[in-house]
Amino acid sequence: MKYMDEFRDPALAQRLVREIRSLVRAPVRIMEICGGHTAVIFKYGIHKMVPPEIEYIHGPGCPVCVSPREKVDLAIQLAWQDDVIFTTFADMIRVPGSRSSLAREQARGADVRMVYSSLDALEIARRNPHRPVVFFAIGFETTAPTNAMAVLLAREQGLTNFSIVSNHVTVPPAIRAILDAPEVRLDAFIAPGHVSLVTGSRIYRFIAEEYGKPVVISGFEPLDLLQATAMVLRQQREGRATVENQYRRAVSEMGNLKAQAAVDTVFETSDMTWRGLGMIPGSGLKVRPAFAAHDAERRFALQPPAPSRDPKACECGDILRGLKAPWDCRVFGTACTPEKPLGACMVSSEGACAAYYHYGRHWPAAG
Amino acid sequence: MCLAIPARVVTLDGAMATVEVAGVTRTASTHLLDGVRVGDYLLIHAGFALSRLDEAEAQETLRLLEQMGELEVGALG
Repeated sequence: MKYMDEFRDPALAQRLVREIRSLVRAPVRIMEICGGHTAVIFKYGIHKMVPPEIEYIHGPGCPVCVSPREKVDLAIQLAWQDDVIFTTFADMIRVPGSRSSLAREQARGADVRMVYSSLDALEIARRNPHRPVVFFAIGFETTAPTNAMAVLLAREQGLTNFSIVSNHVTVPPAIRAILDAPEVRLDAFIAPGHVSLVTGSRIYRFIAEEYGKPVVISGFEPLDLLQATAMVLRQQREGRATVENQYRRAVSEMGNLKAQAAVDTVFETSDMTWRGLGMIPGSGLKVRPAFAAHDAERRFALQPPAPSRDPKACECGDILRGLKAPWDCRVFGTACTPEKPLGACMVSSEGACAAYYHYGRHWPAAG
Repeated sequence: MCLAIPARVVTLDGAMATVEVAGVTRTASTHLLDGVRVGDYLLIHAGFALSRLDEAEAQETLRLLEQMGELEVGALG
């Protein structure tokens, strides 16, 4: 058992497709929250395998996509502070800010370095004790514990030159904001499997209990998404709305308590502005005062950059709320491509536009 | 960002594990996961192990899928 190929078995996929066909009754709109799910659906053509009544609506589960432009502006400002080594996940490097990107500033001489893990940033801090090292801490609940641990390790190991700029967002408030918006019509949710590793399945209960929508937590292999789809349809068919866990080999009800404790120690909730969803109270995480020494925004005491609007043609906001699909955007694939992105949804590996572009789905329905 | 890959623990050295994915080894932190043992399959995200993969649950999931319906003769494969 290697946990990958087994969950890509085409014969089992066909069984699931048959099961889905036998369950589907009427058009159903399922929001798959996580950008990682969007990418798998398009990579394997799951949207083409299932009957046309099933519509997958992409949600805001792309932390890069939902970061407002001014966050990149702040990162750029930090990167140009005296002697700073600015470290970031590769995803953020080409995301446009209001005037530039980290990649462009790197080309101009800012010391911007891509890392795979916050541990790499810690190592850079260890090797450069006389230079401030800032880490761009971005992500959902999956990543927050890893960044919290980096701060805890920095404190433990006396890496006083290490700090993070926290750009964390959480899933439940965003889902609530989407459900409360009258324009968006959704029947069910496929919940993010890896956020759930940390949080457990319990955080989605409000979707079923308060809004009456079925929720199924899904893994990231094609069979996982197909089985999750079948489970959603079965709930609908039986008139149920509960939280079910398709990803039982990895996700539990309570989640990873150690990871949750690390987050709780280092971070507290904050108000965060999301592209497309506006300001959502309590939807972000900021560093607690006890860890101020490792909070880059406090250390460098910069004037926060002014909020910046996306280019008018960019429909990323509506795409993240599930109101529009990428091809509804006039500049999709023309003025906005992965090489020259206008918006974050095209440049992030978890963006809906990037998924559509890379897997060739340029036109609706027939594709 | 939500990318996490199943990796097998090859060696353990304090809180750091050497893990293997499709023949490639890399290190991962077990700071966020207790009771990790050599041979375990872990889900690694941004250099940290976040969860252990449960083989019994994985087998059960596959078993349920295999029991689903019967393959018809001439069905697309």
